[in-house]
Amino acid sequence: MRSFIEKCDRILKSPLGLGPRGLLLLATLLLVPALVSPLWRLTMFAPQYQEGLRLDIYSYKLEGGHAGQDTKEINLLNHYIGMKDLVTEDFTEFLWLPFAIGAFGLLFLRAVVLGTVGYLIDVTVLFAYFSGFSMWSFAHKMWAYGHNLDPTAAVKVPPFMPPLFGGKQLANFEVYSYPSLASWALGAVALALFLALGLSVRAAGRAGTVAGQGPG
Amino acid sequence: MNQMTKWSKRSLAAAGLMTGALLLARCAPSAPTSAKKAPTAASDLQVAAMKTYVAPGDLDEYYLFSSGGHSGQVYVYGVPSMRHLSTIPVFTPYPGTGYGFDDDTKKMLGRFTWGDAHHPALSETNGDYDGRWLFINEMNGRIARIDLRDFKTKEIIGPVANISGNHGSSFVTPNTEYAIMSTRFSIPIPKGTYASIDKYAASYKGVAAGIKIDPKSGAMTLGWEVLLPPFDWDIGDAGKGISDGWFFLTAYNTERATGKLEVTASQKDRDYIVAINWRDAEKYAKEGKGDLIGGVKVIDPKKVPGFVYLMPCGKSPHGVDVSPTGKWVVGSGKLAGITTAFNFEKVLTAIKNKDFTGEEDGIPVLKYESIKDAEIQVGLGPLHTQFGPDNWAYTSLFVDSAIAKWKLGTWEVVDKVPMSYSIGHLCAAEGDTVSPDGKYLVGLNKLSHGRHLSVGPSQPESSQLVDISEEKMKLLYDAFTEPEPHYAQMIKADKIHAIEVYPKEENKHPLAVWDVKDAGVTRQGDKVIVKAVLVRSTITPTSVEVREGDTVTFALTNIEQTTDELHGFGLLDWNTNIVVDPGETKTVTLKIDRPGVFPYYCTNFCSALHQEMQGYLIVKPK
Repeated sequence: MRSFIEKCDRILKSPLGLGPRGLLLLATLLLVPALVSPLWRLTMFAPQYQEGLRLDIYSYKLEGGHAGQDTKEINLLNHYIGMKDLVTEDFTEFLWLPFAIGAFGLLFLRAVVLGTVGYLIDVTVLFAYFSGFSMWSFAHKMWAYGHNLDPTAAVKVPPFMPPLFGGKQLANFEVYSYPSLASWALGAVALALFLALGLSVRAAGRAGTVAGQGPG
Repeated sequence: MNQMTKWSKRSLAAAGLMTGALLLARCAPSAPTSAKKAPTAASDLQVAAMKTYVAPGDLDEYYLFSSGGHSGQVYVYGVPSMRHLSTIPVFTPYPGTGYGFDDDTKKMLGRFTWGDAHHPALSETNGDYDGRWLFINEMNGRIARIDLRDFKTKEIIGPVANISGNHGSSFVTPNTEYAIMSTRFSIPIPKGTYASIDKYAASYKGVAAGIKIDPKSGAMTLGWEVLLPPFDWDIGDAGKGISDGWFFLTAYNTERATGKLEVTASQKDRDYIVAINWRDAEKYAKEGKGDLIGGVKVIDPKKVPGFVYLMPCGKSPHGVDVSPTGKWVVGSGKLAGITTAFNFEKVLTAIKNKDFTGEEDGIPVLKYESIKDAEIQVGLGPLHTQFGPDNWAYTSLFVDSAIAKWKLGTWEVVDKVPMSYSIGHLCAAEGDTVSPDGKYLVGLNKLSHGRHLSVGPSQPESSQLVDISEEKMKLLYDAFTEPEPHYAQMIKADKIHAIEVYPKEENKHPLAVWDVKDAGVTRQGDKVIVKAVLVRSTITPTSVEVREGDTVTFALTNIEQTTDELHGFGLLDWNTNIVVDPGETKTVTLKIDRPGVFPYYCTNFCSALHQEMQGYLIVKPK
């Protein structure tokens, strides 16, 4: 037991190898597209909207297709069912998301220079928590939009959950919701972190075996 | 490959239709007369069906801008489907788009609610259509400019001083420097002058005017006027290439006759085409030459010689058309049965050599034999000529009710196609430019004589689509058009770049409001301004209260930026019908002279809650 704790301690303190450091650098670079490109895309089709209405969700803004016109159109249509306008100002996520992504960039870079396995575990766990929380936050926001409908609206619809992944028929609209480039980039970041972690733990374990002259 | 499959599917469908039609014709107790009259082979019909069929959702290849004659409008058709796409109101109010009901268009129409629109002219750059503007004349001495960015009439100039019966108009020069106007019904000038009819030959005057067009804005101003003999100045064209710098106008009644003109004006064997050097006219106008008549300077060629010449032409000419290179000026003697191709190089030589045979009011008459290259026996009643590639020319034959195809240079007539019936103008694809497309030609016929379901005695006109892509011309399609297509212009669709909403940033209207919160009523004395917002599905404010005796201006802004989300403003009992396009602001001003409650509502169906888009004008009695 004691030797296990010692072993863990040694592994946690052992510095990162070149491979994991390279992966962390890659993860840092992947944060750039995650910051500047859309995270999620909603596309809505109806007989009157053959080209579709498009809404891109970035880490810091909403952007409608057709030079922003689609957001206006979506809001205009939603006002009939009493849905609140989708406006950038209502998303607190747009404040803390870019901040968090930037912070992760700094933490990753710190790991590249000074990193130990223990530190890598910390940023990986933190990143996983951040990703999960962001997803929940967006999902909650969508739920809130679909559920807090003005009771005096002209058209009464039962509260609904807009699709997060995949397609859904809402009245005359087929709505599709899929992750975009930034989400894929964040997924790749997670992958790079896990890979770096796996490599580091394995390398540290092997190093311990060599140092201890045989099985301990 | 894909296209092939599409075509073969279409031909199959067409074949199916044909078989059905043949069976019907066989079984029907009395076959439709048209089926009896036209024993065309089924294969030809299939080809025609394929060539004109534009599948649902597909787009036409050309725009056809057809004059609406005395309806005062321009009608837009798609070629080859011949579908009516839109009506552009020009000289006549058009409730469909609210034209002539709002303050601006009411002002533009002035004291007229009618105009006889004749000859549309697309703006040109280097002699080719540039898709910027469409000009169209009307008989009361006006020309309108339609902006093809939004297909709206933007400006109407006139009635221009001294011009009476502006038929020979609005043909533009190769770089849209000028459009022309001319007098068909000579009168004593200035307008308002009295002279009895027996003084016609000496006291009545013809006038031609150059309407200067601003190259940037398209804004029109009067450039110059030229005094002409009291002939009936009929139709014109601008020179191009070697003949650039000249305007040509035909004239009938060079007899200077009065009374029963069909006889008195048909006595001479030859009438004239006048050639006016417009660059000289422009120069003389700049120098201040001319006499002040009706408030404008009119240059008299007798006093300022050397820029106006008469070319004798076959009896009672109607059309004059300049060939794509500008070398030939083609004039048709309506009652002579020949079309004459004048060689403009020879015209210039004759002018230089003073090869004249006489003069009319100081204007030299060139020697016919010296300036003509050929007389083409096209058929009876030749009127107008359009051009195709490879020197092909197409002349309409009113009396023969046909189109003749002939060749510039060799002068041989190679083909004729019957028209139903009595063709007037004709319009080939870009057929009056320096580079005609060939392909399609539309015959603008005066009579349809029941080639359609009966609609009573007021029969529609007929516009027939002809395929001119091959050696033989082939009739493809009958379309029945609004009265009355005189001339038309056919332009390749990709040359026109129309917007579909008015961008918000471009709306600089001082009374525009873009937020429902800013909508409302302001009052200064008895002047009331209602700034209203129109958006699905409310007109804000939803009620307006004013007092009897007020003058109320409704400024209506449609804040939509979505295609096809037009909103209307119909105010009952006030003859008020405004239609506001997305991003547009229109005003309508009303003198409130009676109390009561008057509903207003959206007239242009916009949304599921369109019916609810309504409000009240409430007028308190004095």
